[in-house]
Amino acid sequence: MDESITLHVDGRKRSLTVDTRTTLLDALRERLGVTAPKKGCDHGQCGSCTVLLDGRRATTCLTLAVAHDGAEVVTADGLAEGDSLHPVQRAFLDHDGLQCGYCTPGQVCSAVGMLAEAAAGWPSHVTRDGAGRVELTDEEIRERMSGNLCRCGAYPNIVAAIREVAR
Amino acid sequence: MTTELVTVDLLHFHAIGVPLERADGTIKVTGRAPYAFEHPVTEPVYLHPVQATVARGRVTGADTAAARALPGVIAVLTHENAPRMVSGDDPELWVLQSTEIAFRGQFVGAVLAETLEVARHAADLVRMEYENLPHDAELDPRRDDLYAPDVLNAGYPTDTAEGDVDAAPAAVTIDRTYRTPMEHNNPMEPHAVIALWAEPGELLLYDSSQGVHRVRGALATAFGLDPGRVRVVSPYVGGGFGSKGSAHAHHALAVLAAQAVPGRPVKFALTRQQMFSQVGYRTPTVQHVRLSATADGRLTAISHEVVEQTARLKEFAEQTAVCSRMMYTAPNRRTSHRLARLDVPVPAWMRAPGEAPGMFAAEVAMDELAVACGLDPIELRARNEPGTDPVTGRPWSGGRHLVECLREGARRFGWDPRDPTPGVRRDGEWLVGTGVAASTYPRHLLPGNRATVRYTPDGRYSVLIGAVDIGTGTWTTLAQIAADALEVPVGAVALEIGDSDLPQASVAGGSSGMSSWGSAVVAAARAFRARYGEGPPVGAEASAEAPAEPGGDFAADSFGAQFAEVRVNADTGEVRVPRMLGVFSAGKIINPRTARSQFIGGMIMGLSAALHEESVLDPRFGHVVNHDFADYHIAACADVVDIDAAWLEEVDPHANPMGSRGIGEIGIVGAPAAIANAVHHATGIRVRDLPITPDRLLTHGLL
Repeated sequence: MDESITLHVDGRKRSLTVDTRTTLLDALRERLGVTAPKKGCDHGQCGSCTVLLDGRRATTCLTLAVAHDGAEVVTADGLAEGDSLHPVQRAFLDHDGLQCGYCTPGQVCSAVGMLAEAAAGWPSHVTRDGAGRVELTDEEIRERMSGNLCRCGAYPNIVAAIREVAR
Repeated sequence: MTTELVTVDLLHFHAIGVPLERADGTIKVTGRAPYAFEHPVTEPVYLHPVQATVARGRVTGADTAAARALPGVIAVLTHENAPRMVSGDDPELWVLQSTEIAFRGQFVGAVLAETLEVARHAADLVRMEYENLPHDAELDPRRDDLYAPDVLNAGYPTDTAEGDVDAAPAAVTIDRTYRTPMEHNNPMEPHAVIALWAEPGELLLYDSSQGVHRVRGALATAFGLDPGRVRVVSPYVGGGFGSKGSAHAHHALAVLAAQAVPGRPVKFALTRQQMFSQVGYRTPTVQHVRLSATADGRLTAISHEVVEQTARLKEFAEQTAVCSRMMYTAPNRRTSHRLARLDVPVPAWMRAPGEAPGMFAAEVAMDELAVACGLDPIELRARNEPGTDPVTGRPWSGGRHLVECLREGARRFGWDPRDPTPGVRRDGEWLVGTGVAASTYPRHLLPGNRATVRYTPDGRYSVLIGAVDIGTGTWTTLAQIAADALEVPVGAVALEIGDSDLPQASVAGGSSGMSSWGSAVVAAARAFRARYGEGPPVGAEASAEAPAEPGGDFAADSFGAQFAEVRVNADTGEVRVPRMLGVFSAGKIINPRTARSQFIGGMIMGLSAALHEESVLDPRFGHVVNHDFADYHIAACADVVDIDAAWLEEVDPHANPMGSRGIGEIGIVGAPAAIANAVHHATGIRVRDLPITPDRLLTHGLL
């Protein structure tokens, strides 16, 4: 079964017809040619497909495209304006928070989403005081970024990059 | 025996040694770098495989009618209708060519469809019938059919013996068995390929590969093609760790499919689950280590005997005990490797094959010996430091700096003063301890590398070689080497890699890339300057091959020291690693920024092996049960706290013109042993089986 949907991807309006079984990730990658979000596991276990979906970080492999008609999607590509990088992307380069680069767009989107969550006072598993302001300690950053796996082991550099932006 | 060390013509370092930012950094943080599956193609066909559901047997029937009837299905391939291949020299690539099934999960069919969803759905509709034969998928060191392979991976001899280990004088003996599990490489980018059979005999592959020429050669052989008409393109690769070093069955399946739909690109990405049976893994090992020593800790005997598995389909013999031939010396030494040939997927390279599992056993045994002798583990290692390579008698290229690494690491880590008493440091519910282990990895230099330098109209130098960057930093570091070889700024170098149409290059494996490719780039740059001098005309071009072995007779190995602090929860058995430090001796470091990342990355993979990773193969069915990231946990951000790497400032004047020895693998070697030794220091419990999960502590007396 097919359905017509419209997505707003990195500022562009994109209309398409999708098989209702198509994940948001496959719609972006295979139908729209938007390949910044990566497929690492297709099960929501690795975070490589993370984008900002209506402003919040989301794993696009774990949701169907048809459920997001009208949604706004921002990928790592869209976080930058041409060669002008988002501060999180700049910090990833400054701290070498990547090696193979495959998990990186997801890490970047996750970091941007996470910083907003922390700024809004959302607690995490390691937040001592459940109410009010969240202090982004290294422990908080590591906990909040643990949905994004990196097999190259760039974690210490990723944490350093996010720490710098959070400061 | 010659022991002459010839000093090579070293580069003058300007760009080399500078912590340049990654050249491919911007396109990676924005997600614009195209990985294999992302190359734009028109009218793609999607492939989804059908996998055997028996571990051994024969296909007796294939009912593809329901699949073929599904709208959007283009073709269903099985052994009955698949195009014929030419060579079965590599049995792993002999796909859909016979009815034989050698392991559960083996490809027995493929659906080609207009969309991913239809291909996957249709693959589920294919009904295969099997004659199910008894299978054998359990590694047990007591088996009576273990055999000695002719040769080990990387060409090492299977067994060695010197003196008489059993008759060696010994005041102290450590005689223990250590086990490491099956582990899977699990690069973040699943193995993926786009295959286009453009016209008969002409094949284009966008691939996720560690070696474009290696894959090209394997497929040309298997399909009887002219290698000159096969092109493999891999500009960006999302990790590999060995699993993308060779052509695997999915390559062959994609080419068969491409032949079935000529002119249309076939897209095939393995699922994470399929990666657990298709692209290699680290064999489980059972390692019997025996160390004998005098009361003051001088080794009199070293024995390291290994049992591991290989596949019925194809042999892979991991060189697990090779490290014990050269780490320390003793008058009586013995190593051996025995294989169980099982009905399982084919094991292969995983980061530091041999050294990674072998040095776990060897370096935990050394820690046990230190405890038994009442010696500091660093002092024990220093007392057993060989002056020359125990295997060849030759001196080490660039010297052997293991003890310096240990001492420098001890200073930085704050090793001293250390109370060696285990199980006495408590911080609330946490038991605290520290551990150390040595690292080593050989300097591999692979043959068959050629590079071209060309002067372009924009006043830059194109440097061409079919190398790849799998996250190692090649785009950056090879340009640094080229810049110094041409004596120009890095900005004047335009590097081209990742394409088999470029000059021949060896695989990104065995930590050999910079040594092998870099030597070719330097040779080409020198040939260019010799011919054209400093003012070349536009279009000037020179090519050259890397020399075979520049430095004469020496042993070429890197060394390192790994330190770990652990906290073990006394109630739950959870192990945390708040701090790790590695200090390495690896020759000249080309780029300190990317090098530090590579060292740390190796150490984190070692931490992951120490605490988390184990592929659980159910011998009743022959498949890996925990075949995804939910059940096969790799270290996540929260598992990694304070990890740092440092290195000795040195130049290996015999290794190659860069003075480097390669750093991709040494970081993982010794890391699990350092953590296991720290766990013993924290708890008094000696865990000899990886991974060190809470059950292994709780059932050994933690509670």
